[in-house]
Amino acid sequence: MYGRKVKLRFFFVTLVILILVFSIFLILKSLEENVVYFQSPSEIKNISEIESRKMRIGGMVKKNSISITSDEVNFVITDLKNEINVVYSGVVPNLFEEGKGVVAEGYLKDKNFFIASKILAKHDENYMPPEVKAALEEK
Amino acid sequence: MFKYFEPNKIFSITSRAPKYVLTLFIIVLSIGLIESLIFSPEDYKQSHSVRIMYVHVPAAWITLGIFSSISILSLIGFIFKIQNFFLISKSLAPSGFIFNIIALVTGSIWGKPTWGTWWAWDARITSMLILALFYLLYLLAWRIYQDKERIYKVTTIITIFGIINIPIIKYSVDWWNTLHQPASINILSKSSIHSSMLIPLIIMTAAFALFSLLIFLMKYNTELIKIKNKGLDRI
Repeated sequence: MYGRKVKLRFFFVTLVILILVFSIFLILKSLEENVVYFQSPSEIKNISEIESRKMRIGGMVKKNSISITSDEVNFVITDLKNEINVVYSGVVPNLFEEGKGVVAEGYLKDKNFFIASKILAKHDENYMPPEVKAALEEK
Repeated sequence: MFKYFEPNKIFSITSRAPKYVLTLFIIVLSIGLIESLIFSPEDYKQSHSVRIMYVHVPAAWITLGIFSSISILSLIGFIFKIQNFFLISKSLAPSGFIFNIIALVTGSIWGKPTWGTWWAWDARITSMLILALFYLLYLLAWRIYQDKERIYKVTTIITIFGIINIPIIKYSVDWWNTLHQPASINILSKSSIHSSMLIPLIIMTAAFALFSLLIFLMKYNTELIKIKNKGLDRI
């Protein structure tokens, strides 16, 4: 049906794709620690030693945990299993709120205490008008 | 069947199509802009900055769609030696590249008020930047090489590397922790975007697709004219 050359090219292309997919899978697997943008409080609990390197912790801002003083912001990041206290001095983004996603960048002091140098608000995938949100909350 | 095609026959259709596509594009874009900028509601959390999404998301979809098309066409063209598919791929690439840049820039503009940063090296954003580099390589390969056979080989290899990046972009938000939010629109399950925001999004996607089609037709016509000028009635 098809010529020998067509078959040869077909096998060549398939082989190249398979090898590439496999090698890229291995590369990403071994780099996983660097590919993830942030770690959760549970992952922090499981680390063996505190490194002094810059890292990011992400999760939800615990309800009623934000306390703002004149020069710093204290709050708790939770993933509903474990928690970590965060201290930060600077301007927080507009979407920084209790019960919403947050990513803090900075240094770990100990397993329960994190000194942030930058706060990013994480937005979720829900989009709706304010009226719909109000109606949902009434339910 | 696909081996030979007559540029004259195709040209008689593609040379007349742009003006209709342009008219349709202007109509759909006007409806889309009015819907998304005036009639669609503001978001409960991010208020008016949600309107950036009506440009950002369609641009990202179109650029992924175009790169996938280029890759599949190049692969089939390479295996079966179909020159026409390479010309179609070449004509598709510029608009795909432009939409890739638009997606990155609008994402950055949205990220500043929402996340609090212009840029983050998270998996979704980085893989999207890599896609832009692949587009650039692909476009450059057509300019650098003179020999046709070599162009076809080099561009096919670039697209093989690039196509592996496409599922990584799509699933990066599910596989790893990223700053970028997961997809709001799912074909199989219920979408987490309200219908009053989904409709302008779909209209804008249609408008961007028409724009890509318009640019594609103009580029493709140029390629056909080049063939005609060489005095060949088939390639």
